Amino acid sequence: MYAPTLPLDSAAVTTKEDSSPAILFENVVLSFPGNEVLRGVSFRLARGETKAIFGVAGSGKSLILKLAMGLIRPDSGRIIVLGQDVTQMREEDLFELRGKIGMVFQESALFDSLSVRENVAYRLMGVHSIYNEEIDHRVREALRFVELEKTLDLDPAELSGGMRRRVAIARALITQPELLLYDSPTGGLDPVTSNTIIELIVKRRDVNKTSALLVTHRLQDAFTMATHQFDPQINHLVALPPGQHCDVPMSFLILRDGKVIFDGDLHQLARTQDEYIKEYIS
Amino acid sequence: MELISPTDLAKEKVLIVQDYVQFCMQAVANFFRKPLYFADMVQQSDTIGVGSLPIVLLTGFFTGAVLALQAANTLERFGSINLIGELVSTSMVRELGPVLTSLMVAGRNSSGMASELGSMVVTEQIDAMRALGTDPMKKLVTPRVAATVFMLFFLAIISDLVGLTGGLMVAKVLLNLDARQYWSNAWETLVFQDILMGLIKPVLFGFIIATIGCFYGMKTSGGTQGVGRATTQAMVASSVLILVFDFFVTRFLMAVLAYH
Repeated sequence: MYAPTLPLDSAAVTTKEDSSPAILFENVVLSFPGNEVLRGVSFRLARGETKAIFGVAGSGKSLILKLAMGLIRPDSGRIIVLGQDVTQMREEDLFELRGKIGMVFQESALFDSLSVRENVAYRLMGVHSIYNEEIDHRVREALRFVELEKTLDLDPAELSGGMRRRVAIARALITQPELLLYDSPTGGLDPVTSNTIIELIVKRRDVNKTSALLVTHRLQDAFTMATHQFDPQINHLVALPPGQHCDVPMSFLILRDGKVIFDGDLHQLARTQDEYIKEYIS
Repeated sequence: MELISPTDLAKEKVLIVQDYVQFCMQAVANFFRKPLYFADMVQQSDTIGVGSLPIVLLTGFFTGAVLALQAANTLERFGSINLIGELVSTSMVRELGPVLTSLMVAGRNSSGMASELGSMVVTEQIDAMRALGTDPMKKLVTPRVAATVFMLFFLAIISDLVGLTGGLMVAKVLLNLDARQYWSNAWETLVFQDILMGLIKPVLFGFIIATIGCFYGMKTSGGTQGVGRATTQAMVASSVLILVFDFFVTRFLMAVLAYH
């Protein structure tokens, strides 16, 4: 497996603590019949930070995103998202909170029966205070962000996998959410398309300072995010010298057997003595 | 194949019924909560109602025709062939129109709803809808229930009419009976209770078709194989429930309407 060189010589940096985290998991337990998936998961995501979640298939990574979104409820534990306890909220009340969160699903989850324009505009279409011209403007803006403005009138079936993923990102961004949840946004894509998507995620992190949870199997994507910054001047990612990696609001969380075995930044990850983690990232 | 204990099987079935009842209550309660997706109701009415019209017309026509053909044979033995209009009329309006129309619509739409919603579940579109701030029960289920109930009511009336026309064709062309007498008998034999029974049934069956189709669709799990399973289950369950409820509703209405 390819893994970028880790800057072992750099100084360790503690993750910036915010008094009001974007997401806080406290001892969250989730089980299905005959299978306890999450066994007391706790972590916090600071405002403006991006946290990449790793773990083997079936370790509950995607479930963490769905729990944060309130799509499923834990058996026990507390989940605070943007200051609200989603485990105690009714479905009707969650809709308002979800308006502040954007989510990109593993298989894009675009609505087959709607065009790209309608998919991206979905969240705005029921809002009476927003006129069609405004919706059109915002849809074009979101699609321009993912460099897919020309697909406006196409159906999702006419798009490639990478394009569908980028349209899903545009749909998640249309309301300028405070928090973004990405579920394997580069899974199954070619390296070029993956890099494009990673660039979009970093752009969102560095330009808009949006908090994000990112589930991925691709270590290189997360390492790229931790070692690069988006430069708005050249509209591209630029590699940072090892000493400046501390400036990147990026952290890593690794799950094993339903528990968090690592939660820290790139330097802490590089210096870990845990054999399992060493093997995982090697 | 894994064997399951009778107790567990019974518990599983009771839980399914409980889930279904809750699902139906939520679907009905959503009629009184905003937002009401009126455009979706119109679209579903077109898909379910107008889309089902050809099969309902064909089924209704040939049911009326074959009913006249079969009845003629028996009635002729008793010298009562002129009563053929009465027989076709009461059979179609009370029973065959609503039931056969419902079975046709169930075959076409209950399975269609299950497969459409099931596909949305397995591709995470339902989760995406919730994540985008829309209640799938309100957006997808309630419009389908409203459209099916509304359109089946009219489809059953159309089926009754074309069934009577089918009977007329047989009476006139094959049996050489007087068309005016046929219509006169068919019309005069109908009483208020017949019409009422024929109009209550499609409303109830429409509710069963839509709720069963949506229920199995929304509960789909297990990928594309699960979608196939949900589609079959929805078709079978809605057809069986229509026939079972038909018996009990007929009995109930006969008692309530003091009708024999």
